Amino acid sequence: MAPEMTKVHPLIVRIAHWLNALAVLIMITSGWKIYNADPQFDFKFPDEVALGGWLAGALQWHFAAMWLFVLNGIVYVTYGILFGHFRRKLLPISPLAVLRDVAAALRGKLGHDDLTVYNAAQRAAYLALILLLIVLVLTGLVLWKPVQFYWFGQFLGDYEGARLLHFFAMAGVAFIVVVHIIMVALVPRTFPSMFTGRVRRSA
Amino acid sequence: MKKIMGSSFEKYRTPEVARMERRLFLKQGLSLGALTLLTGCAITEEEGVQTVLSRMSGFNDDVQAWLFNPNRLAPEFPESRITNPFPFNAYYSEEEVIDVDGGQYKLELGGMIKERRPWTLPELYALPQVTQITRHVCVEGWSAIGKWTGVRFSDFLQRVGADTTAKYVGFQCLDDYSTSIDMATALHPQTQLTFKFADQILPAKYGFPMKLRMPTKLGFKSPKHIASMFVTNQYPGGYWEDQGYNWFSGS
Repeated sequence: MAPEMTKVHPLIVRIAHWLNALAVLIMITSGWKIYNADPQFDFKFPDEVALGGWLAGALQWHFAAMWLFVLNGIVYVTYGILFGHFRRKLLPISPLAVLRDVAAALRGKLGHDDLTVYNAAQRAAYLALILLLIVLVLTGLVLWKPVQFYWFGQFLGDYEGARLLHFFAMAGVAFIVVVHIIMVALVPRTFPSMFTGRVRRSA
Repeated sequence: MKKIMGSSFEKYRTPEVARMERRLFLKQGLSLGALTLLTGCAITEEEGVQTVLSRMSGFNDDVQAWLFNPNRLAPEFPESRITNPFPFNAYYSEEEVIDVDGGQYKLELGGMIKERRPWTLPELYALPQVTQITRHVCVEGWSAIGKWTGVRFSDFLQRVGADTTAKYVGFQCLDDYSTSIDMATALHPQTQLTFKFADQILPAKYGFPMKLRMPTKLGFKSPKHIASMFVTNQYPGGYWEDQGYNWFSGS
């Protein structure tokens, strides 16, 4: 009998995922080059992984890719909320379940029998990623226009506070992306589904 | 010492030269980044990448002009928040700061301005002045709070009969720097032709005899050691802008 295929990722989610991957890659690597112009901490990012060649080039990349990043993000979040995608895939989520699944993952014992359902560790990671990306947009707006957006910049630590938050949110995103890629490498049959949208019902 | 007079207008890059310079810069500047990102892709695509990035920067100019609220004031701070020492920044090092003879100095006016006679420093100092303690945000990311005193720029433009329906105000500086701003920002109430820093005559490193202070723009948009200014409808560009920095650079 042919393996039963089942739909896991709607087309709009797959498109948004890859556009977001491209946009975030550009935003983060050009952001590293911008950071290098005036490092807040005692290190710089290696030029080999920093995009733009010099500050002006990096800024051009950053402020061009931000449109792709934000517009794609708006489409994805709107879809996720209005069409119940987030509710179906990311909820419910409990701190206990997250701890249990993260602990299991660290021991290499987290099962992936049913790819149509996200485990609690996945739900936490994907939710955290969405929230961190929203923080990056909001702090980014304050950094881009500290005078025009002064009023809501006050909620994000004003210019200098937003600058730190922007950095740490980037670090959080980078961490989640690295873990995400490792997990895909460990469970490789999840990878084609990000293109085809379908998986076998069970392994 | 630099010569103070001498028309600086002929030094302007024509748009063609500026475009060529921009292209050269982008070729050099983006190749590393493009390689990082597009490893394996045809090198010829670089040209396309450059075009897209330049166009996006132009689009961002329009968006920023639309976002800019001419009545929204930049926050002012108490004296206790002033950054000390205030950072020096220019396209050259602090040792190369020019020494301008204030006695010989004259501010030249050009373009769409009715009264284009040059202004001496005593004449400028005699104008009504205002003080602001505002934040300077650098394109590099750092920020610093300083205290500046000078003439409200919109008052000065009105006094000399500038055509405020024109699009741009351009600046040519004694240190061979140049830049230009949109008229809306030129007329913003906090845009100031600055003669003093921290209640002292503007020190050389901060732009003696005068700079344009704009708390609504990034620091590099502020010309120091201003030699001449002109009002125009033709895009004047600027030293950094011609190399790829975003022209509007509002904050």
